[in-house]
Amino acid sequence: MQETTTINNFKSEEYFINMGPQHPATHGVLRLLLTIDGEIIKKVEPDLGYIHRSIEKMCERDSYQQIVHLTDRMDYLSSHINNEAVCLTVEKALELEVPDRVKVIRTIIGELTRIASHCLWWGVMGMDVGALTTYFYGFRDREMINDIFEETCGARLTMNYNVPGGLMWDIHPNFVNRVKKFIVHFKTKIPEFDRLLTENIIFQKRTKGVGVLSKEDAISFGASGPVARASGYSCDVRKYHPYSALDKVTFTEALQTQGDTFARYVVRIQELWESLSIVEQLIDNIPEGEHRVATNAVIKLPKGEYYQKVETARGELGVYVVSTGTKNPYRLKFRSPGFSNLSLLNHIAVGGKIGDLVATMATLDLVIPDIDR
Amino acid sequence: MTNAALKELIGSWFPNPEVPVDDKPEKGISEVQEPQEPQPSSLLEFTEEGSEFLNIIVPATHLHALMLKLKTHPDTHFNYLFCLTGMDWEPALGVVYHLESTEHRHMVVVKVKTEDRDNPNFDSVSDIWRTAEFHEREVYDFFGIKFNNHPNLKRLFLTDEWDGFPLRKDYVDDINMVIK
Repeated sequence: MQETTTINNFKSEEYFINMGPQHPATHGVLRLLLTIDGEIIKKVEPDLGYIHRSIEKMCERDSYQQIVHLTDRMDYLSSHINNEAVCLTVEKALELEVPDRVKVIRTIIGELTRIASHCLWWGVMGMDVGALTTYFYGFRDREMINDIFEETCGARLTMNYNVPGGLMWDIHPNFVNRVKKFIVHFKTKIPEFDRLLTENIIFQKRTKGVGVLSKEDAISFGASGPVARASGYSCDVRKYHPYSALDKVTFTEALQTQGDTFARYVVRIQELWESLSIVEQLIDNIPEGEHRVATNAVIKLPKGEYYQKVETARGELGVYVVSTGTKNPYRLKFRSPGFSNLSLLNHIAVGGKIGDLVATMATLDLVIPDIDR
Repeated sequence: MTNAALKELIGSWFPNPEVPVDDKPEKGISEVQEPQEPQPSSLLEFTEEGSEFLNIIVPATHLHALMLKLKTHPDTHFNYLFCLTGMDWEPALGVVYHLESTEHRHMVVVKVKTEDRDNPNFDSVSDIWRTAEFHEREVYDFFGIKFNNHPNLKRLFLTDEWDGFPLRKDYVDDINMVIK
């Protein structure tokens, strides 16, 4: 080990320290190998693969209906949007037009998923920087959404509600009412979030100017989602490549320019409002009609390559399917948002302290199964 | 830019040395000759078949030069590498790059392949797009494709002792793989 700095005749040395794989701030089984000098971070090297299941290889032997179920297990907080991505790819390849009712319901549930995911993130973000109350507040509101999902989809987390060609079954008769109740409830709660954490001076001091990412670096590192938008990089897939019913709604893309931890925090709070507004625009206008169009029991995609991107709660998820015309994909690649967002962690954490790394990681909002796949 | 315009512009960067650049063919005896198969005017191969994007197939030797030009040329400006995929086309191994420009919002797909399964290697593009650093490590991990000039090429998900490259089509694991 080399001597690095000398202060008042005291020599300091670099050393390694393990953060994870069971560290509470890594939110899953991620191991970070930190090279530190005192408390200053010199290098962060993520060690991945603790829960790698090789979903891409499993997809090569599965039918397209089965693949949908595997995607729940990637980013489990955006499970509905992941399912939707695969279904949209299959529908694109088959040139299958799904009914408007399906599109609207998919978008509503997708945005509710985003709200639920951001609620969990907000609770955990507060907890990571030492405010345990937020955890309970975040989970309280997320619980209401999970109850709605449970009633309609039968599951709270891994929903499997999408199938190629539409939805597994129609929405529950209570769905519209409960969502409306939630909108009224949640509108009073976001200001509470702000009062509790956003405007908290201790929280602001811990997050402002920490982990700064420039716009150029965000693009170069392939960042997406709130992480990229906090750096002023407008990249919302819902705006640039709208899918399902997102072309029918109006919303503002949440953008900040500072690129620091606080900006990433603010972008997600803004997204809560935007998602709520999208749900509000659609919930009274769910068109009547079928909830599913028939597909062949064995789906064979025409020979070719298909790419579909969607905006999950974490950023841009891409599904790249190469088909040779059989019932299984020849190759299926998931471009996961967390993977690219993690790759920039070293870049923005170096020079900061370990406590700052925890705050920075909290706003990257990593879900490890999404990275490991 | 439209796909046709992209094709014309990008194709002109790498002219085929086999084709004479002479644009005023001599009239006379040569006209009597049988019409030859038209040589492709570019080293790059373009196709839009079975894909929504313009696909460029580039020889491995010109990969880095093409990628650099795609990013730096003001008319193309592909600054966002949004997907990097390892492929096993049996027998060829290769890499597929999905590129988008955040300024012009056009997209293109670049493909590179090699028949050498024992020692496949391409130039790394991690100096052009930083995101490629992790993605190339993933491709190395699962396909065994090496990337020259990569700053830190080692396995990403699997352990260093892992034998073989699981996403190759000829990979066999009797214990962990369920084959239907």
